[in-house]
Amino acid sequence: MTWIESLTLNSPSGFWNPIVWLAFLVIFAFIGYLIYSRGNRSYKPNTEQVKPFISGNAVEDVEEIRVRAGDIYWGFIEALKGYYNVLMRMHSGDLRDYILWYLGLGAVILFVLVGGV
Amino acid sequence: MIEHLPALMIAVPLFGAFIAPLLKKKGSAPAVWAVIITGVTLGMALLLVRQVLAQGMMVYVFGADKPTLVLPSGYRVPVRIIFEVDAIGAFMALSATLMSFIGALYSYSHVRNETGLEKYYALLLLLEVGILGMVLTGDLFNLFVFLEIAGIAGSALVGFRNYRGEASEAGIKYLIVSAVASLMVLFSIGLLYGQYGNLNIAYLSTQISFNTVDMIALGILFASFAMKCGSVPTHHWVPDAYTEVPSGINPTLLVATYASLYALFRVSFSLFGNITVNMSSLGWIMSILGVLTMFIGVTMALVQKDVKRLMSYHAISQTGYMLLGVGVGLAVLNDPAKLAAFGRDAMAGGIFHIINHIIYKSLLLMTAGALFYVTGTRNLNEMGGLARKMPYTTIAFIVGAAAISGIPPFNGFASKFLIYETSYQLSPIFAVFAMVTSVLTLASFVKVFASAFLGPPVKKYEEVREVPRSMVIAMLILAALCILFGLFPNVVLDKLVYPAVDALLKLGSYQTWGGLP
Repeated sequence: MTWIESLTLNSPSGFWNPIVWLAFLVIFAFIGYLIYSRGNRSYKPNTEQVKPFISGNAVEDVEEIRVRAGDIYWGFIEALKGYYNVLMRMHSGDLRDYILWYLGLGAVILFVLVGGV
Repeated sequence: MIEHLPALMIAVPLFGAFIAPLLKKKGSAPAVWAVIITGVTLGMALLLVRQVLAQGMMVYVFGADKPTLVLPSGYRVPVRIIFEVDAIGAFMALSATLMSFIGALYSYSHVRNETGLEKYYALLLLLEVGILGMVLTGDLFNLFVFLEIAGIAGSALVGFRNYRGEASEAGIKYLIVSAVASLMVLFSIGLLYGQYGNLNIAYLSTQISFNTVDMIALGILFASFAMKCGSVPTHHWVPDAYTEVPSGINPTLLVATYASLYALFRVSFSLFGNITVNMSSLGWIMSILGVLTMFIGVTMALVQKDVKRLMSYHAISQTGYMLLGVGVGLAVLNDPAKLAAFGRDAMAGGIFHIINHIIYKSLLLMTAGALFYVTGTRNLNEMGGLARKMPYTTIAFIVGAAAISGIPPFNGFASKFLIYETSYQLSPIFAVFAMVTSVLTLASFVKVFASAFLGPPVKKYEEVREVPRSMVIAMLILAALCILFGLFPNVVLDKLVYPAVDALLKLGSYQTWGGLP
């Protein structure tokens, strides 16, 4: 067995070798760097060139216009509102509900095991 | 010395726990003491793993020279307290000791300004004792006792910051949930003891007749350990407890949760593992619970704004992968062809995911603790631009987030890869849910990264600096493990995981310890 085979994780229908993956990552990172290095050299940091231009309007304080965590994935959550309504009702924070869910799970498992489903 | 390792693994941290309160008013002595004790226990766990892998299962009997001694009356069944350490027990002991050591190291700075630190470290060591007892014992009643020790120490630690109302509430909730689960475990043990007159797991597994009372005991044990390991729909205590517990305790509390998962596997594969009776329905229940756990956990995580609560829901979600992997193996336990084709690999994926998850989730919860340490808040809406101020924490977070999302070549990918492929063989829908869960996991960690670390700097955090060195070291050790376990998964699988899987599968060798009939 070669060293490369000894580092290969064989699964029932495939394989995974992180070292080979890493070698490809290095090669593609190098190709990426080559493309990057041939880019436009007229970019000058810390000059007027890099300031945002909003049709001549003053730029707001960046702290005020950043996207906050609560707004990220708003559309996803809105689209699944029905699902989330059920989930939120399930997560009531009431300890009595915690125990009820436990009793419910126990009842289902006993039904399957003892009932012979 | 080596033959006494199972007992010393309990005795050393127990001794440490009793000494810790005596170091009150000695500055940082309790913290240093806890680091030393957890470090020594970690060293013993490494010796224990080496011994078990080289020599096979270790059987340690308290109160006699060897387990095969019988009573003068000729009663030829085990009557003493016996520890039975096979490869899965050793695997769990190594996980517990490693995480307790990392947690103690991180706590050194993280809770330095809190009061009552001698109690904190005494409880941390007692929690370690509880976990180690659960994973090393071969006795059902002992399992209950150590489950109680872990539950009580854990709930006291969850409520440690008792000046916060939320912490006290979470501590009480964890205590009651643990007490209910433990009580029902004790009731099931009573049912088995009443029938067979013995508490030794190996002995009981030879006697179980799968009658109605046995199945009731199995059902109650299954539901109780499922609740203690945070499986849906009994997972509600997890976000409460993981959010409020100090971040230095999170790694040990995580292992305590997975000690219950270990108990669930031990009950399913060893106590009720006699394959003359088809137990595939139990495997299907475990797999379906796994899929529900991973999906509900991740979708709840996606909507959280509290960084630790978000990560706590991810802990639930990742438990689903473990249940799915091992559940697939249990579902095909009676079919040797399927077990050889994919069942054993599915179990390896599930068990490999336990240690991977313990490592990267501890790392992520520690990064959340670091954010809380410097900002004084866990609300993601109030954070921003911290990557420039906290470069090491940012690197640690990126590694942990990539690992939990299953991005190659980090450790989470290797175990998820096995789980995807093998669960597909049992039912393609399982693999689809597992992959969608990974995508949603990545999405929610992108949210944390974007809102806490990226973006313009927030004025009120202009003066913040990187967290103290001991916290950074603890995080970087775990980040390095995420990378190493990801780059060399075969080493971990061959040395630790497959022996642990085989220990669960080879019931015969578990039953015949010490040459007893």
